[in-house]
Amino acid sequence: MTDICKFCTFLLDDFFFGVEVDRVQEVLRHQEMTRVPLADDFIRGLINLRGQIVTAIDPRVLLGLPARQSEELPMNVVIRTEDGAVSLLVDDIDEVVEVDDTTFEPPPENLDGRTRALIRGVHKFPDRLMLVLDVDSVLNSQTGAGRKSA
Amino acid sequence: MDDVVKEFLVESQESLDQLDLDFLALEQDPSNAETLASVFRSIHTIKGTCGFLGFSKLERVTHVGETLLGKLRDGDLAVNADITSALLALGDCVREILNCIETAGDEGGKEYAELVETLTALQTPGAVAAIPALAVEPEAETTVDAVEAPSAADEPDAEAPVAKAKPRAGSESGEQGNESGGSIADTTVRIDVCLLNSLMNQVGELVLARNQILQFSTTQEDSGFLTTAQRLNLITTELQEGVMKTRMQAIGTVWNKFPRVVRDLSRMCGKKVRVDMDGQETELDRTIIEAIKDPLTHVVRNAVDHGIETPEDRRAAGKREEGTVWLRAYHEGGQVNIEIVDDGKGIDVERVKQKAIANNVISAARAESMGDREALNLIFSPGLSTAKEVTNISGRGVGMDVVKTNIERIGGTVDIQSEPGRGSTLRVKIPLTLAIIPAVVVSCSGDSFAIPQVSLLELVRLDGEQAQNAIEMIHDVPVYRLRGNLLPMVWLDEQLGLHTGAPRCASDLETLNIAVLQADERQFGLVVDEVNDNQEIVVKPLGKLLQGLTCFAGATIMGDGKVALILDALGLGERSGVVARSADIVDTSLDQQSDTNAHGDSETMLLFSIDDGRRMAVPLSKVARLEEFEQGKIERTGRHEVVQYRGEILPLVHLSRILGTSAASAESGSLPVIVYTEGDKSVGIVVDDILDIVDQRLAIESQIASPGVRGSAVIQGRVAEILDIEQVVEMAGIHLPRPEFAGS
Repeated sequence: MTDICKFCTFLLDDFFFGVEVDRVQEVLRHQEMTRVPLADDFIRGLINLRGQIVTAIDPRVLLGLPARQSEELPMNVVIRTEDGAVSLLVDDIDEVVEVDDTTFEPPPENLDGRTRALIRGVHKFPDRLMLVLDVDSVLNSQTGAGRKSA
Repeated sequence: MDDVVKEFLVESQESLDQLDLDFLALEQDPSNAETLASVFRSIHTIKGTCGFLGFSKLERVTHVGETLLGKLRDGDLAVNADITSALLALGDCVREILNCIETAGDEGGKEYAELVETLTALQTPGAVAAIPALAVEPEAETTVDAVEAPSAADEPDAEAPVAKAKPRAGSESGEQGNESGGSIADTTVRIDVCLLNSLMNQVGELVLARNQILQFSTTQEDSGFLTTAQRLNLITTELQEGVMKTRMQAIGTVWNKFPRVVRDLSRMCGKKVRVDMDGQETELDRTIIEAIKDPLTHVVRNAVDHGIETPEDRRAAGKREEGTVWLRAYHEGGQVNIEIVDDGKGIDVERVKQKAIANNVISAARAESMGDREALNLIFSPGLSTAKEVTNISGRGVGMDVVKTNIERIGGTVDIQSEPGRGSTLRVKIPLTLAIIPAVVVSCSGDSFAIPQVSLLELVRLDGEQAQNAIEMIHDVPVYRLRGNLLPMVWLDEQLGLHTGAPRCASDLETLNIAVLQADERQFGLVVDEVNDNQEIVVKPLGKLLQGLTCFAGATIMGDGKVALILDALGLGERSGVVARSADIVDTSLDQQSDTNAHGDSETMLLFSIDDGRRMAVPLSKVARLEEFEQGKIERTGRHEVVQYRGEILPLVHLSRILGTSAASAESGSLPVIVYTEGDKSVGIVVDDILDIVDQRLAIESQIASPGVRGSAVIQGRVAEILDIEQVVEMAGIHLPRPEFAGS
């Protein structure tokens, strides 16, 4: 991690998450989705992003968080990848924060293994903790999980 | 990389492609001064430029080549096969160095002394025969020195004719827009493919936006808006066509490599083969050109390697010594047809069958009953090389199955025909483009799905009573009779896991919408909720996360802006089990012309019924006689019922009791019995009714077997199960071949 880093932050359940700003293509309010039958349950559907088709995934499922209430419409944090864009469905978007190394700590040892792989660490803010979501493992954990749908 | 070098590379690559063709043309017509001049000029240009750019190795090689060409042009030497080989090798060498420069930035470590020596030696008239091809291993240093002197002397007079030749070039030799070209070069622009692709994408977006506006316009009444929407529609269509055209390439760009391939290969096999082409200018989308390059090359190699005979064999067969591979391409109904025809020995159907049996692709019985056309298509099954022996040419790891897979991946089809002694024809049909395709939009469980027109054969809609009676069951597999053929049915919502609730029952169907799909030679009916409309859709690939879902070929954006998944007929077929993944399913083509036959024993079937109208059939060849016995004649021995018949005791088997659900049919009067004989022992099979003897080709069979039943087929327009008579006898506890039976 570099000295100063900008994070785009969002809320999932009661947790405060962040991803590096340079991985984020854009942030969108709720978009209509087309479900993909047979796909893994964390794949929520396909979004038409100005003619580009974006796969929307639900980090809640990956992180083992309780499912979102159906009346709560998720927002989209669109992540740029080599293979086109992927959207993370989040509860709410927060501000962009700037942090440096001094507040960083690796995830606690006793964090559940599955979640631990997806969280790179924690930035300590005075009033709360920001969990750094490891975008690459999020994307890769999916390819592994994609087996059962094949 | 330096811009100058880049430009040099692009130009040189282009002239190299032309060079290969020219070299071959020279072999055919050595006296053609124009071709010679063109070749000379190409090499000269490369030599000149690389001298300027400091590629000394390339310069050295081309220099020797140029000298040789100079002598050819001046008439000091005549072109022969050795010279052509050497010149082709020169082309390869130049290409190799150019690739090296492109990837590594320098000329690479190879010295090419051997080639230089050969080219030098060939410059001496008469010395030709002494050069055993290119196999000489000379010492690099001395050769190069020796070359330097005479060629330098040739230089001055080499310059002059070039200038003279210029104005004539490009007229007959078919070269397009190279440095000498007049009008063509002036009107062409070189464009980066990336730019074209991005243009194509944007046009795709525009098409989608247009679709959206058109959909919106149906709710509007403002005539000004409607007119504008119409205009937008037209312009978009034209623009789409225009941009598509920019991505079109003539199929000749792929074919141009074939004369060289064929020449090298035929020389290696000691054959004489000529390549004829027709329709080189036929245009295809770039992506498709790329996709068919390897499969086509393989087919052409196959034709030369396995198809065309040696000159001796050809002479013996009364053919011309020189074989011909004929390439033909033409547009037909929005598709491109490519034919690769050879006039060789054709494909030995028997050998294909044997090979298929040996490799467990099909069973021996199956092979027996297979028609020629069907058997021929076995060559497309994996693990089947028809070459008697695997040569280094055919053993390239690309089998015909890969050819078929690659062609089908881009929505094409392959078919082969062969006539023993006359040659084979391989026909490939492929779509013009992959990016924008016509499709039918269907809906299922509230979602829209697009079915590409290429895999859609027809749409069937059944209402009311028709719908309720349309589906018949063979065990738990639903089938529908489409003009006498059994069509396995697949419910889309079930396949996609969208169907919730109770299992459906035929009687509560109100309408049935069936999309008849073609997948891998098989047809099946896909039941959807609704069929909406035809649309031109823009195919967008699914992201990496969804790549494992074979049921979908991609996604597209509909007129209302929603995303819809594109169904993949093959994937759906495989998922539902209608199309088997394994190779042993080559056999059930629905094609009625193919000689599909029930089980190979006979085409004449005895049709009978059991269980109040359950129709069954057995090959007549299994039937010794048909008899009727009075109820009163039946006696019992142990657990078997028997009758006295021709001085013997004939055990009886009640088929209804063995196969059926009814315990015993209350027969009155006489019992119809099918007498089945094995060796000198017989069994009587008691049935309900003998219906008919039919002599017809069985259009389709299903593989659904159960004890005593081999499968089912359509006979006289209705489904009949095929009885496995041996198994039934076994099931009845009667062991025919055993001698102990005689005592009972």
